[in-house]
Amino acid sequence: MKVSTQWLSEYVSLDGVTPEELAEKITRSGIEIDEIEQRNQGVTGVVVGYVKHKEKHPDADKLNVCTVDVGSGEDLQIVCGAKNVDAGQKVPVAVVGAVLPGDFKIKNAKLRGVASQGMICSAKELGMNDKLLPKDQQEGILVLPEGTEIGLPITHVLGLDDAVLEFDLTPNRSDCLSMIGAAYETAAILGRDVKLPAIDLIEAGGSASDKVGVTVENGELCSHYAIRYISGVKIGPSPQWMQNRLMAAGVRPTNNVVDITNYVMLECGQPLHAFDADKLGANIGVRSAREGEVLTTLDGQERKLDPSMLLITGEDRPAALAGVMGGLETEVTESTVNIALESAKFSGASVRKTSRKLGLRSEASLRFEKEVDPSAVIAALDRAALLLARHAGGSVAHGIVEQRSGSIQEKTISLSLPKLNAYLGTDISMLEVKAIFARLNFKCADSAEGIIDVQVPTRRGDITRDVDLIEEAARIHGYDNIPTTVIDGPTTPGAYTKSQAVRLNIRRTLTHGGFHEAITYSFTRPENTELFRAFSAGTNAVPLAMPMSEERSVLRTSLLPMLLESSEYNRNRKNADLSLFEIGKVFHSNEQKVTVQPTELTMLGLLLTGSKTEDVVGAQPRKVDFFDLKGAVESVLAELGLEGQYRADAPDGFHPGRSASLYLNQSPDKRVGVLGQLHPQLQRDFDLEDTYVAEICLDELYAAAMPEIEYRELPRYPSAQRDIAIVVDRSVEAGALLSAARASAGELLEDVRVFDVYTGEHVASDKKSVAIALTYRNPERTLTDEEVAQAQQNVVTALEQTFAAELRK
Amino acid sequence: MRERLEQLKQEALEHLKSVADAKQLDELRVKYQGKKGKLTEILRGMGGLSAEERPVIGQLANEVRDAIDAAVSSHAERFEREETERRLASETIDVTLPGRKLPRGAVHPLTQVIQEIEEIFIGMGYQIAEGPEVETDYHNFEALNLPKDHPARDMQDSFYITEELLLRTHTSPVQVRTMQSMDGEVPVKVICPGKVYRRDDDDATHSFQFHQIEGLVIGKNIRMSDLKGTLLTFMQKLFGEDTQIRMRPSFFPFTEPSAEVDVTYKKKGATEPSWLEVLGCGMVHPRVLEMSGYDPEQYSGFAFGIGAERIAMLKYGIDDIRHFYNNDERFLKQFARQ
Repeated sequence: MKVSTQWLSEYVSLDGVTPEELAEKITRSGIEIDEIEQRNQGVTGVVVGYVKHKEKHPDADKLNVCTVDVGSGEDLQIVCGAKNVDAGQKVPVAVVGAVLPGDFKIKNAKLRGVASQGMICSAKELGMNDKLLPKDQQEGILVLPEGTEIGLPITHVLGLDDAVLEFDLTPNRSDCLSMIGAAYETAAILGRDVKLPAIDLIEAGGSASDKVGVTVENGELCSHYAIRYISGVKIGPSPQWMQNRLMAAGVRPTNNVVDITNYVMLECGQPLHAFDADKLGANIGVRSAREGEVLTTLDGQERKLDPSMLLITGEDRPAALAGVMGGLETEVTESTVNIALESAKFSGASVRKTSRKLGLRSEASLRFEKEVDPSAVIAALDRAALLLARHAGGSVAHGIVEQRSGSIQEKTISLSLPKLNAYLGTDISMLEVKAIFARLNFKCADSAEGIIDVQVPTRRGDITRDVDLIEEAARIHGYDNIPTTVIDGPTTPGAYTKSQAVRLNIRRTLTHGGFHEAITYSFTRPENTELFRAFSAGTNAVPLAMPMSEERSVLRTSLLPMLLESSEYNRNRKNADLSLFEIGKVFHSNEQKVTVQPTELTMLGLLLTGSKTEDVVGAQPRKVDFFDLKGAVESVLAELGLEGQYRADAPDGFHPGRSASLYLNQSPDKRVGVLGQLHPQLQRDFDLEDTYVAEICLDELYAAAMPEIEYRELPRYPSAQRDIAIVVDRSVEAGALLSAARASAGELLEDVRVFDVYTGEHVASDKKSVAIALTYRNPERTLTDEEVAQAQQNVVTALEQTFAAELRK
Repeated sequence: MRERLEQLKQEALEHLKSVADAKQLDELRVKYQGKKGKLTEILRGMGGLSAEERPVIGQLANEVRDAIDAAVSSHAERFEREETERRLASETIDVTLPGRKLPRGAVHPLTQVIQEIEEIFIGMGYQIAEGPEVETDYHNFEALNLPKDHPARDMQDSFYITEELLLRTHTSPVQVRTMQSMDGEVPVKVICPGKVYRRDDDDATHSFQFHQIEGLVIGKNIRMSDLKGTLLTFMQKLFGEDTQIRMRPSFFPFTEPSAEVDVTYKKKGATEPSWLEVLGCGMVHPRVLEMSGYDPEQYSGFAFGIGAERIAMLKYGIDDIRHFYNNDERFLKQFARQ
């Protein structure tokens, strides 16, 4: 809402308060002032002039030489190029020494040899927003009303000595969608009085009910509908002061009738509509639209209507969309003589629905949606009728034709002072509270000890309970005057939950291992939900009802496509080497068509691509491989006190020979993750180098993670280490050899690990040599050579039998 | 025998004078003092001495041995010293070449901001609550005093999945779930961090996905002054001890009274701090308490919400919100210092 301070000062004195001070005060009291717009864009020395004569320029067809009286006693000769300049006009004249916006200084000049002592200006040259100018002022020089006084400063005539405050209203403060509402707010803040415009309406001519009748069918959607009948209007421009105020408010002047309805809407917050009464007909109705009805609205669009929309009808034909927009057919035009002026209260929800459905928002719908003040319906109607009589030559018929359901009642809310102070932590006295409500123009009456009954004016529909009054009191008292205190009550322990601690731990481990944490978008393109199905097999992706783009139209089902897109992004910026991880949610639905909340899994995604180079002189880059990735996964699990099992697998999206599924020792039947090389096809699709990715479901880790550390006493007796090298088929997994060794070595085996794998000229082409180190220890005593040899023999035998292993000597 | 010993001593000491390195020294030591050395050889003849002579010669022999030992040790020490000096002179490195660093990755700056805030509130006795990102209309709106036809609620502003399900537009539904799970018990002291989603065209300052941290306290006699005190402590821990806050009246459907909070903050390059809007807050609306099982005549509470992106942008002077979601390594790695 644009609030002209000049206009505002008609209702509340702004003496001694600059627009900047006022803006600051209003902002600190709850309505943010986004901007202070100075209407004067830099005009000085421009005055009203009278064009006495106009002659053609001797040497230029398009120029005129004008003799202009600017009230200085001496006529000026001014060369003017505007087509519309003519003798007898009142025009803005920038005399020598004047300045126009853009610091354009007016000097004596010669145009094609003829002296020019100034410039006749267009509205645009005066810095006025051409979008808000009436159509006839958008071209050529600005022609002022005939009666304008010669010599007056133009800033005064056009109301440019004005600062406009842009009120950024929260949805509850629709009362300030009017100048009077803004005045009540300003008055409360400044502690001053509100002066309302007088409505001394003179009714003349016949009775309105002889001319029109009103029938409201849907009382629940239109609680009050009122018509005044004004006859004999003359369509013409509205007075300059009114046009100035409309432009300050961001509304383009049209003609006197339309301008008056807009002016009163801005003044009172009550939208009005003027019908051409002769086109509308005598029987005005308010009813729901019927299936198949159409209406061409003022903007020239034909609108298809349905029964959810409320209509105004004339002789049962659609004439306007109630509260949204009028119809073209019954519009006020140059030839209109008689007017049916409507003021009503339509249901906010109904107007909002219609306006949404048609994608049609107007200044009227904006106000009706937020519920207009029921008391303003008649006040605004009378105010507009008065102005039509005064500025459009109309005569207002006797009486109002109206239909209303229910009566207007001011709410009374009890407010307890002890509760107010307990709620705010303040110590405000009853006297102060009463003074605050007096400033707000809310009447109060004592009800009981410490309790007052506060009567809420109908314009403040947002105030419904005592806490709303507490807020009013607090904001006028000043939030700055609320003290700062410490919560009074039992102390509570604060801590991370286990799952939160697990995630912190994972972040620490991975960042200490050189991974950067990524955060990607939760929405993705549908194809991406098909790539990695390890955790979404048999489920459906969740689509948005109204996505902003195809690219972000479904919820992600895996973190991996998002990380691949991030690496693609980096690769396009010449960075092919990347270690990323993300912790975030993925979404799966078990339904074809989603009706219940989808499953949300918290996943850890890892991505490694390109090469690693140690940051020392002479270090050679090394391509990352599966074991870099697996090592990271192992480290994460180790930090969480977990141990994984890695089983060769070929999940969707992965290289079938270089990928695994992850299980936990603690729950070996449940897959908790997948890891491996990205399938070469996807690698090409995303234009990446060899890339390794892993995805682990954290929800599956939380339960077993972070067990207490179990301390084991340090060994008292020495261990013995024995190495063996065996030759087996290439397909035999190291993990299987180690399991077999563990199973066969007996209790003395403390540790077993593979320390070398060899393929090449010294072994057959389908074989490999695996070197295994075994550590034995007896916690009770020193080992004997014989028992170690026996255990070692058992291992060798087992490996020979199970894997046809040959011992390398 | 006495003469032979004296002569041996002279000869050995003379020899030692010209010894050149540790190897020669060792050869000499063996030559004179070894098991088959000259001194041993002479001492073998002790058996033929008289009882009177034996102790005298014995003592002399000891003196000779000690003298040679002393000379050998002194040379040995010298050689060792010289050897050390030689090594030190030859063993030099260029200490300005880079070292082998431990790997260093970065926690995402948004996560860092959230963790910092979590730690501040854990220190004040808060729990951290979480909830689903796909929410029901009831939890996201209705239970927060935003009934279906509320003007503050606009279908166009949210990502709906069905009429009843949507991507949460704030983390307030977690507050609703927390209250409902508490079954009317107090105190409630939680913060709820997480991703939220709103239909907004992406530009430098808007993102359809962002992170919020909301807080909720419910108890007996919770006052608006407690909210102000809590936020002052919070902001001073986050932005420094000199930080001041001010509240401006505002509107949220789920709080009454409501406020926007400005903090004094010195922007990058500025000489003086200015007021910057950083969070919204208020006293929990009695409707919200009622709907989640608290009697507003007995209990009161406050709530606040802050955006992680805004804080990170302020703290680091980041001018484009999209950087947080592009995962450009050049961006991420700058946050490796924690």
